[in-house]
Amino acid sequence: MRRTTHAAALTAALLASMVGGASAQQAASQNTVHDPGAHGPASHEVYFGAVLFEKLEWGVGLNGVPNIARWDGQAWYGTDYDKVWIKTQGEVERGRRAENAEVQLLYSRLIGYFWDFQAGVRYDPRPRPDRTYGVIGIQGLAPGLFEVDLQGFVSERGDLSARLELSYDIYVTQRLVLQPNLEVNVAAQRVPELGVNSGFNDIEAGFRLRYEFTREVAPYIGVNYTRRFGEAAKYAREEGGKAEGVEFVSGIRLYF
Amino acid sequence: MAEVTLSRRKMLAAGIAALSAPALPEVALAQPAIGRSMPREFNLAIENVTLNITGAPRPAVAINRSVPAPVLHFREGEEVIINVANRLRESTSIHWHGLILPSGQDGVPGISDGFQGIAAGETHQYRFPLVQAGTYWYHSHSGVQEQAGMYGPLVIDPIRPDPYGYDRDYIITLSDWTDENPHRIIRNLKRDPGYYNYNKRTAASLANELARAPNGQAREAIIRDRMMWGDMRMDPTDIEDVTGYTFLVNGRTPEQNFTALYRPGETVRLRFINAGAMSHFDIRIPGLEMTVVQAHGNNVQPVAIDEFRIAPAETFDVLVRPTNGRQFQILAESMGRQGFASASLATRDGMPMLPLPPHRERPLLTMADMGGNYGPKGLDRGTPRPEVDRPGHIAPMEDMGGMDHSGMGHGSGQGGMQGMDHSTMPGMNHGRMPGMNHGAPARGAGARPSTTGTPAMDHSNMPGMDHSNMPGMGRSSSLASDPGFRLAAATLPIASVPGAGLFRLAQASQGSMQGMDHSNMPGMDHSSMPGMGQQGGQPPRQQRQPARPTQQSTPRRDQRGAAPSAADHSAMGHGAPGTGQVGQVDTSAASAHAGHGGMAPPDPFAVNTGAPPGTRVLTYRMLRALSNPYPVREPNRVIEIRLTGNMERYFWAINGNRFSEAQPIVLNLGERVRMRFINETMMSHPMHLHGVWMQPQVGNGAQNPLLHTVSVRPGSTLDVDVEADAEGGWAFHCHMLFHMETGMMRKVEIRRQPRVASHG
Ligand SMILES: [Cu+2]
Repeated sequence: MRRTTHAAALTAALLASMVGGASAQQAASQNTVHDPGAHGPASHEVYFGAVLFEKLEWGVGLNGVPNIARWDGQAWYGTDYDKVWIKTQGEVERGRRAENAEVQLLYSRLIGYFWDFQAGVRYDPRPRPDRTYGVIGIQGLAPGLFEVDLQGFVSERGDLSARLELSYDIYVTQRLVLQPNLEVNVAAQRVPELGVNSGFNDIEAGFRLRYEFTREVAPYIGVNYTRRFGEAAKYAREEGGKAEGVEFVSGIRLYF
Repeated sequence: MAEVTLSRRKMLAAGIAALSAPALPEVALAQPAIGRSMPREFNLAIENVTLNITGAPRPAVAINRSVPAPVLHFREGEEVIINVANRLRESTSIHWHGLILPSGQDGVPGISDGFQGIAAGETHQYRFPLVQAGTYWYHSHSGVQEQAGMYGPLVIDPIRPDPYGYDRDYIITLSDWTDENPHRIIRNLKRDPGYYNYNKRTAASLANELARAPNGQAREAIIRDRMMWGDMRMDPTDIEDVTGYTFLVNGRTPEQNFTALYRPGETVRLRFINAGAMSHFDIRIPGLEMTVVQAHGNNVQPVAIDEFRIAPAETFDVLVRPTNGRQFQILAESMGRQGFASASLATRDGMPMLPLPPHRERPLLTMADMGGNYGPKGLDRGTPRPEVDRPGHIAPMEDMGGMDHSGMGHGSGQGGMQGMDHSTMPGMNHGRMPGMNHGAPARGAGARPSTTGTPAMDHSNMPGMDHSNMPGMGRSSSLASDPGFRLAAATLPIASVPGAGLFRLAQASQGSMQGMDHSNMPGMDHSSMPGMGQQGGQPPRQQRQPARPTQQSTPRRDQRGAAPSAADHSAMGHGAPGTGQVGQVDTSAASAHAGHGGMAPPDPFAVNTGAPPGTRVLTYRMLRALSNPYPVREPNRVIEIRLTGNMERYFWAINGNRFSEAQPIVLNLGERVRMRFINETMMSHPMHLHGVWMQPQVGNGAQNPLLHTVSVRPGSTLDVDVEADAEGGWAFHCHMLFHMETGMMRKVEIRRQPRVASHG
């Protein structure tokens, strides 16, 4: 009986998280911690959830690099061990439709003190043609306090690719946080229709300096550097973009 | 505002601040009994109220519209009926903390025999006899209602007067109030365990430290330390999980200045109760010495101290004698230094509070706290089936930054007392000091209990010892040795009191000290020795010139975990109290510690309040029970209670299993078990066992204190004996509310039928 309630709450929270941070927060706060009072202390699993938008930003490109809006967020809901996890990220160039967009729906299982194993599906509505992938990955905290998210993908056509995301929070003061981050995408084969190169496709590296007014709301500024390689760079140029570029970014980090 | 008279002595009441919204009607509390045979009846009503502590009205849960709840004032030997009306929209419960009563009356939903909580709208009747006396408290055992205001003091007058006199009697209920919804707090901690920590190490603080470092070596050490913590993915500043608290005394903020009245020369009893959900307090009354007379409701040999730390759920009763008519400040500083609870001792009411002192330095966790005593695994867990640790509960030892535990002498869990060679200490005759019990000699496997020695202390044979810091001995200035201090002999027939023999001995030894001039004794100072009840490794209170044996000139263990030398007793291998092999000199372990950054199993009894050198700080070792209802005997098994959890995901466990996935710990009625607490986490856990007393093996033999809660400090190992003399289901949990709520809890089942353990 409680299970169904949780399932409903879960769906609500997940849906809400898709729509946006604030409403998701409400859904989460209403549905996350059930009052254990009715059942004695901690006699059952506690369900809880959170929504994190690490990036919600606007990038101003230098030297003809187009201006870009970017998001990168995740939400989860579940118990200490088992969670449903949603990840989404993407970029929109000014005046164009979404250039890149992806959503992942994952099951997440705590497998060690610092690590979750995750598996599920990824759907990319952009670029066209849209594509669906199977995902398997590991997310957690590596020695040295690096946030790590390593994922492998297999597309519906059998194409293999992988992504590594690394970030690190340097607390300059108690509220001022400098976050270097790095994203690397590799693929096992070319996928011309998606502009995918065999081998390294792109590297994105940045610094973002945020101020945590609260743990929930932290505006930031930063620098983002992108570089595409080989044929991926060529595809980018053919699309009218650039293989390499630097932007100044400003945005807000939300964590509810 | 409910004022309930507490003592039939001169006065007084603990002021119970009813802080709830204006002019709430009072609910009738107690109907006086007509004749002793009739049980007295009390009515309690649980309601949602609005409470304004910080300036913002917030929802709270109150008992009889009062936070804290009204004082329940019982008498030993009587029977009480307590009707609890639940006017909430959720289930509730009340647990009588520290009371020895039938399981069914203990008030823990789902654990106490036949008790499933008090449903919304219902009234539940508790009924039990009071078989003890002392200071206790009561609180909700449902969800997070305790944090929301459901706690109150409970005092039981003894049939026979206490063996110490006092003129006034006050309850000092400490608590932590937050405007935040407690459920929200759990959620915040789960998504970010550092959510409330605004005292993290930062780049700015690093630059600061480096700038202050005297040389390159020091700078290197600072960097290495940071990297080590980073490698471990732990935070040395994680002292308190939750901040944003306002600390209260009897429901009053420091500004509201709860005042306990005294007349100069009177002896005042202060009953400290820590009803805080998540806060340890360091307590001192600048300018006054405190004499601890009761711990967790049980009388102890009076011990004079300057400060003590009180963990959540603990109670300590102290006597003070303010003389000069000035206003004294009762200061309770939270362990993480986020604030004070404070109150006053004054000759008249309504004085403004004295200005609060600056905070003491925030403690930092050390490598010792992290790498402590992991002890053996796989002892009798006390469960019907052996347990399997779930992954993710246990700190990953394999990648702990290259730290080597092999030399730490904790592999066997018996690593007591390495490196102490008493024979090299001139002028000390330990053979004549059984009562001081250095590391509990002869408590190891197969050895005889130490209490067979003569308990009397013959100090006359010990030249050159500083007795000033010895527990139970008092100092010339202390109440304990004050002739005016009314000891048992004056007030009651000793022979008829349980434990009176001990008491007489205590008096005798005190008497024998009176002719001694301690101040002129050269040389020896015990303050840095374990078992002497001083804070581990503290320099002596009084400076002494003459030659000190080198073994004793021990460096204080630095807060940052600077390497203790091989001679530092305070840091050496007291990890497994009462199990060490005395007389064995094992310096290899000690040097191994020094070899990797001064890691040593922490002394489980060390209390570092950050007090200046020489301050007398209470430790469990100083507590000597005045009476012990249990025979001294060896336990028939050892149950390993590993305190585990995941600091990163914020959940807590015992033996690698959260409450929701764990089996009960099964004890046989009548057996004595030794619970070996092994704290594998970086936080202190005040572990509370319902229904039966816990006797931490502090090395005082038959006088080991009887406690309802034992505080197990990070990385340490602590042995606690339990006489399983109360049948039924009992809750067993950490009393940090959010640790309990997220899994650090068990059911202990004491069964009549002996069961054959199904594990080897
Ligand atoms: Cu705890």
